[in-house]
Amino acid sequence: MDVLVFSIFNGVLYGALLFMLSSGLTLIFSMMGVLNFAHASFFMLGAYFAYSISTFIGFFPALLFAPLIVGAIGAFVERYGLRPVHRFGHVAELLFTFGLAFLIEELVQLIWGRVNVPYRVPEFMREAAFSIQGLDYSIYRVFMLLVSVAIFVALFLLLTRTRVGLVIQAALSHPQTVAALGHNVERIFMLTFGFGCALAGVAGVIGGNVLGTEPAMAIQLGPIIFVVIVIGGLGSLGGALVASLLIGLVDNMANAFNVSFAPFFALFGITADLGGTWEDLARITSASIAPVLPYLMLVLMLIFRPRGLFGTRDT
Amino acid sequence: MTRGIRLFGPWALLALLMLGLPTLFDSSFALTVLSLMGVFIIFSCAYNMLLGQGGLLSFGHAVYFGIAGYCTIHLINAVEDEAIWFPLTLLPLIGGLVGLVLGVLIGFVSTRRAGTTFAMISLGFGELFTAMTLVLLTFFNGEDGVQGNRVYEPRPLGISFGPEIEVYYLIAIWTFIATAAMYALTRTPFGRVSNAVRDNPERLEFIGYSTHRVRWLAFALSSFFAGLAGALHAINYEHVGFETVGVQTSGLVLFMTYIGGIGSFLGPIVGAVLISYLNASLSDLTEAWFLYLGLVFVLTVMFAPAGLAGLITMHEPLMRVDRSLLRRLALPYLAAIATTLLIAAGAIGLIEMVYHLTSDLAFDSKTTVFWIELDTEAPWPWIGFAVLLGAGLLAARRTYPQVSRIWDATVAEARARLLG
Amino acid sequence: MSALLKLSGLRKNFGPTEIIRGVDLEIEDGERHAIIGPNGAGKSTLFHLISGRYDVTAGHIHLREREITNRAPYEINRMGLARSFQVTNIFPKMTVFENILVGVLWEMGARYAFWRFVSRDKAVQARTAEILERTGMADRRDVPAGLLSYADQRALEIAITLGSNPDLIMLDEPTAGMSRSETQYAVDLIRDVSEQKTLIMVEHDMGVVFDLADRISVLVYGEVIATDTPARIRANQAVQEAYLGTMED
Repeated sequence: MDVLVFSIFNGVLYGALLFMLSSGLTLIFSMMGVLNFAHASFFMLGAYFAYSISTFIGFFPALLFAPLIVGAIGAFVERYGLRPVHRFGHVAELLFTFGLAFLIEELVQLIWGRVNVPYRVPEFMREAAFSIQGLDYSIYRVFMLLVSVAIFVALFLLLTRTRVGLVIQAALSHPQTVAALGHNVERIFMLTFGFGCALAGVAGVIGGNVLGTEPAMAIQLGPIIFVVIVIGGLGSLGGALVASLLIGLVDNMANAFNVSFAPFFALFGITADLGGTWEDLARITSASIAPVLPYLMLVLMLIFRPRGLFGTRDT
Repeated sequence: MTRGIRLFGPWALLALLMLGLPTLFDSSFALTVLSLMGVFIIFSCAYNMLLGQGGLLSFGHAVYFGIAGYCTIHLINAVEDEAIWFPLTLLPLIGGLVGLVLGVLIGFVSTRRAGTTFAMISLGFGELFTAMTLVLLTFFNGEDGVQGNRVYEPRPLGISFGPEIEVYYLIAIWTFIATAAMYALTRTPFGRVSNAVRDNPERLEFIGYSTHRVRWLAFALSSFFAGLAGALHAINYEHVGFETVGVQTSGLVLFMTYIGGIGSFLGPIVGAVLISYLNASLSDLTEAWFLYLGLVFVLTVMFAPAGLAGLITMHEPLMRVDRSLLRRLALPYLAAIATTLLIAAGAIGLIEMVYHLTSDLAFDSKTTVFWIELDTEAPWPWIGFAVLLGAGLLAARRTYPQVSRIWDATVAEARARLLG
Repeated sequence: MSALLKLSGLRKNFGPTEIIRGVDLEIEDGERHAIIGPNGAGKSTLFHLISGRYDVTAGHIHLREREITNRAPYEINRMGLARSFQVTNIFPKMTVFENILVGVLWEMGARYAFWRFVSRDKAVQARTAEILERTGMADRRDVPAGLLSYADQRALEIAITLGSNPDLIMLDEPTAGMSRSETQYAVDLIRDVSEQKTLIMVEHDMGVVFDLADRISVLVYGEVIATDTPARIRANQAVQEAYLGTMED
C-alpha cells in the first residue's frame, strides 16, 4: 500500500516536471507551428545555470535567475536564429532546432565538461518532511511539488485572466487567427518562445539536482516530452497535462511494482526455457522495459487514435 | 550518342574513380575511410529519397540501417557456426530485405502523417529500438554490441574478404549498384509522384494518388537501401553496436545529406564523402569536431538551405547565359572566403583553447592549435585569436553584403539578357 | 437520361455553423453548369464536399449512380471527376511538363510503378505533350511552375486537371484575378477542353458565366434558390433580389 502511495507521489512529481516542459513546448507549437526540438536542451541549460549560480549565491537566487537567463537565451535564439529560417517553412525550423539541440549539448560540454556536475539539493531540504511506514519523503520533493502546483496555477491564471492569455487561447483553438494579431506577431512569437524556454529552465532548476545534471540529460528527456505531446494531442494543453501525469505514473508504477510479463508471453507459448531472444522476451519485467513504455504507448496511440487523446488537429 | 555520354558518362567516371582510388590512397586508414564513404553514400542517398525527394524529415532512419546490421552480423555468425550457408557478397541484399520489411511495417503507421508529426514519430521509433537494445540482450547484447568474423569458407576465386582492400571493393561494387538503382528510381513514375507529394500533397490527392501510399512506398524503398548500407557497415567493421540504431547515427546521416544538399542527387554523395572524411580525420584531432559539425549544419539551415551542391548549382543559369558573368563574382567571392577563414581561424582557436581548459584529459596548460604549441595560461594566444575573430567579423560586414549585392546585380543582368 | 452527378439533401456544418443547408442538384451529362452566388454562399465548400476534401454532415452524392459520399479525393478522381482550385494549387518546384505528367500518370496506368522509366512510357509522354499543346504551354515546357506568371499558373491548374481525362471537370473560379484579355483566353480554353465533357464551374465574372454556361445554379446562404438556363436566371425575380441586382453595377 505504501509503495503505491509513494509511486503515485513520485509519479505525479515526475509528471509535473514533464508538464513544465510539455506545456512550454505546446505553447510554442500552437502559436508558431514550430516544434522546438531543442526544448529539453533549455531544460538542461536551466540545470547547469542553476548549478553555477547556486555555487556562488545559493539555490533560491538560482531558482529566480536561471530561468530568466534561459528565457532570454530562448528569446535571442528565436529573434536571430529561428526567425530568419521561418520563410523556409516548418521543416526547416525543425531542422534548425535539431541542430540547436546538438550545438547546446556540445557547448555545455565545452563549458562544464563531459561528465556530470555536482548539482545537489540544498542541505536543509534533504531531510524528511514526513515518512510513511519507514519510507522518507524529503522536504525537497514536497517543495518541487509546491513549485509545480504554483506554476500550474500561475499558468492557468495567465491564460484565463490576462489579455495576453486570451490572445494565446484564441491562437490555440484557431491557429490561423495568430496572423490577425497584426504587427505584434513577431514580438509575441519571441516572447512565447522565451517564455516556453524559461518554463523549461524552471524545470531544469528544480529537476536537475534530482535527475542528475549531465550533458546527456537533454537527449534522454527530449524524446519523452515529444511522446507526451503526441499522446496528449498536438496543441492541446489539457492533453499535455494528462499525458504528462500518465507517463509520470506509468514510469514510476512500472519500476515500483516489478511485474513480470512471463504469463503474458506464455499465452503465445513463449517461455524462458526456449532460450535466446524468446528467453529475453519471457524475462521481461515492467521495470526492465520502463524506458521503452512511453514509446510503446506512442506506437499504440498512433495505431488506434492518431490524433492523440485530446487532439483536434490533423496535421 | 551525346545523350548516351551525358547519361552514362558520370557513372563510368564514378566506376573508374572507385576502382582507382585504392591505388592512389593505399594506407590502411585511407581504405577504412573509403569503405566508410561508400557505406554512407548509400545511406545518405537512401535518406534523401525521404527528405529531398519525398519531403519527409526522419530523426530515426538509423533503425533500418542498424537493425539490418545486427541481422547481418547474426547471419555471419550463423554461417561461422555452420548452421546455414550464405555468400558474403550477397549479404547486403539480406540487409536490404530486413530494412524493407521493417520499413513496410513501421512505414504503414508513421507515413499516415507528414511534416512535424512524422518527424516526431520517427524519433519515437528510433528511441523505441534504442531502448530495446538494452532489453533484448540475446539479439542486441546491450552496450557491447555483437561481433562477427566475415572470413569464412568457401573462398570464391580465393577472395577471403579478410584484407580491407577486398572489403573495399565489395562495398564499392554495392555502392555503385545501389546509387545507380536509386538514381533510376528518381526517373520512374514513382519518382515523379514522390516529388509531387513533397511539393504539394493536397493537389496530388485530387489527381488519383493516395499520399499515404506514395509516402509509404518511398519509406519502404528508402529503408531497403538503408538496410543494404547497414549490412555493408556490419561487414566492414565486423561489429554492430547499439549506437548504430540510435539518434546519433540518424543525426549523422541527416547532417551529411543536408549539408551536401537535398535538392540534387549529387548533394548527399558530396556530403557523405566530405563528412565521412572529416569525421574520420578530425575526431581524433579535436574534441570540438561535433561542435563544428553542428555549427556548419545550423549555418547551412539558416543561410544555404540547398546545401553545398545547391551553392554550386545556383551558378548554372549564369553559366548558360554567359560564362564571363561568373568572373565578376570571383573577387567578391575571394574576399568573402578570406573573411570567413579569418572568422573560422579566430573562433576555432578560442574554442580549442576553452576545450583544453575544461578538458579532463589535459595535464598542463600547453596545447597545440593549428600546428602551433600554445600556452592557455598566457594572455597572448587569447588576444591573438580574439583579434583574428574580431577583424574577420568587421571585414564580413563589408564583404558579405558586397557578395549579395553583386550577385543580385549579376542575376538581374543575366535575366535581362535572357529576356531581350 | 440520368444525371451524371446527383446531390441529394447535402448538408455541411462547421461546428455550430451551417454552411451548406440541404442542397439538391442534378448535373446532366454533357452540360456546362455554372454555380454563382454571393461571397460566403458556400460555393467552394460545395466543391470541397463533391470532390471529397471535406466530409459531408448529411446527404448523398452520386456520380454516375455510384455513391461517392465521403470517399477519399483520390478515389473520387479515379471514378472520373477532376477539379481545379480557387487558390492556385500546382507543384511549384517541378517543371510545367512534369506538373502535367503527374496529372496524367494514374489515368494512364502508371500508378506507383518504380520498375520502369517515365521517359520510356510513350503513351504517357504523348498524352502529356498533347495537353501541353492544347493548353498553349508548349514553349514553357521546362520552366519550373513556381516561376510562371499568374495567368499561366491558372492555365497550368486547368492542364493538371485535364490529365486524368475526367468525365466531369470542376473549375473553381478559373478566371479570378485575370485581366480582360487573359479572361478571354481562359474562356476559349475552358470551352475547348470541356468539349464532349461535363463542366461545373464556380465563377464571379458574369460575362464568363453567361458566355459558357448551359445552365446556372444560384447558391445563397447554403441553399440553391434557382437552377435554370442563363436567360431565365437573368429574368428570375428571386435571383435578382438575392444576388444579381447587387452585382451588375
